[in-house]
Amino acid sequence: MATAATSQARAQDASAIGPADAILAVDNVSKRFDTPEGPLVAVDRMSFTVSPGEFLAVIGPSGCGKSTLFNIIGGLLDGYDGRITVAGETVSGPHAAIGMIFQEESTFPWRTVIENVAFPLEIAGMPKAERLDKAQRFVKLVGLDGFERRYPAELSGGMRQRVSMARTLASEPKILLMDEPFAALDEQTRLLLGDKVLQIQQQLKQTTLLITHNITEAVQLADRILVMTYRPGKLKRIVEIKLPRPRTSEIVSSEAFGRYVAQIWSDLREEASRGLQDDETLRRAGDHKS
Amino acid sequence: MTAAARDRAVPFALGLGALLVFVLAAEVLIRAGAINRFIVPMPSQIAASFGRVILEEDIAGRFRLTFLEAFTAGVMITVVGVLIGLLLYRVALLRAATETWVAALASAPTVLMYPLFLVIFGRSAWTIIMMGFVAGLPPVILKTIEGLSGTRRVLIDVGRSFKLSPMQLFLKILFPAALPTIFVGVRLGLIFTLINVVGVEFLINFGGLGQLINDLAERYDLPGTYAAISFVILVSVVFFIITEWIERWLRPAS
Repeated sequence: MATAATSQARAQDASAIGPADAILAVDNVSKRFDTPEGPLVAVDRMSFTVSPGEFLAVIGPSGCGKSTLFNIIGGLLDGYDGRITVAGETVSGPHAAIGMIFQEESTFPWRTVIENVAFPLEIAGMPKAERLDKAQRFVKLVGLDGFERRYPAELSGGMRQRVSMARTLASEPKILLMDEPFAALDEQTRLLLGDKVLQIQQQLKQTTLLITHNITEAVQLADRILVMTYRPGKLKRIVEIKLPRPRTSEIVSSEAFGRYVAQIWSDLREEASRGLQDDETLRRAGDHKS
Repeated sequence: MTAAARDRAVPFALGLGALLVFVLAAEVLIRAGAINRFIVPMPSQIAASFGRVILEEDIAGRFRLTFLEAFTAGVMITVVGVLIGLLLYRVALLRAATETWVAALASAPTVLMYPLFLVIFGRSAWTIIMMGFVAGLPPVILKTIEGLSGTRRVLIDVGRSFKLSPMQLFLKILFPAALPTIFVGVRLGLIFTLINVVGVEFLINFGGLGQLINDLAERYDLPGTYAAISFVILVSVVFFIITEWIERWLRPAS
């Protein structure tokens, strides 16, 4: 078991690693959308790196451009300025090294659990027996053994998200990219799934980038938390989480955890307030128009 | 009996019971003179005429012909309808230009165009098949477009994140996701196809159950006419069983 000191040292090391050692580098990335109200800068000159095996959380208020950043890194959105590199290779479009887990429920309802998990292996042309065998390992990894022949409609929301996770992990990505994967789940399920993510991340030494607006989730899981500003989405601060690993959801009751949550909330509060004001202004303008 | 078996058996028994009550009520009302027996024969007379119709009117051959015509037209509307639906889904301009026309065609009484089809295909089974095809095609096209357009964005994004080719994206995600909606279109199309197949058989007096209904009606054999209509319903039931079976085979989770 790693001690608090070694964990702290690891976190410091991770933050010290520069772009040369980074597995993922986001370099001066900006994205602008043309809207009926004029151009909207969703992401503004974002730069950061992620080291191998690191868990980085990106947090910001609703509408700050987190999902835009997720789609840019995942290669689903183009027409942006700047550069994304994976292990030094510039990314354009979806990249085999990046596996994505989406906020929305994304299992294929016409496939069983095992067929869902085996999907990327089927696309890769792996023989059926081999891919089912390999998929079985990932089903077990996410704790769904015994449910292989069930369809997603027969599972709970949390179980379906674990199927999505297993499916993405089965493609063995170098970087796991998650966009608020537990947003639709209740708090208790979210904490328990957080445990599962931590366990898998530690077991596979999986480099993970989590996009979230949930502070407790970010502190529970991450080595570093990147705080974004509200519109345009810019890097406000990077907070190192020096909580001991391996972690479980029990850590949420610790004093240190509470301090981190308070620290990040103080950073986010101003941004969230701006977002709220902006939303109210838009709604009032909408009321006047109608 | 398991809960699942009971869930299936109860609605079936209820439906069958309702049908029997309806038939019994018709029998009583006709016998009592509330319904003119020279317009609507008694269900018992219809039941008694089945043996005669089967033995004397080559019902098996006629059933086979109507079934084959409807089946051929059904396969054609499925293949051509899904392909056209896919084309209109992919080419937005083409869809914007033609979707309204396809919807208009769905509600047009195309059966009235049978003289034109007779000129083109002659007095043959192909006239009947093509009339069935034209009538059944629009719902398949429209429902294919609806099914493909309704595929959740996140499922397409999952496919893109795994670097699927456009063909893989269609075969592995778009098509299975759209399948339940496409099958609604196929079922609707088959209804229109069967109505038109039997209708045109009736109109041009060419083979099949439609011609038999025409013959028996002209002979004023009302029980026989209704018995022949029952066989048309049987063709329809067989079609629905086949489509349900294919849908379950293609998408077991449905």
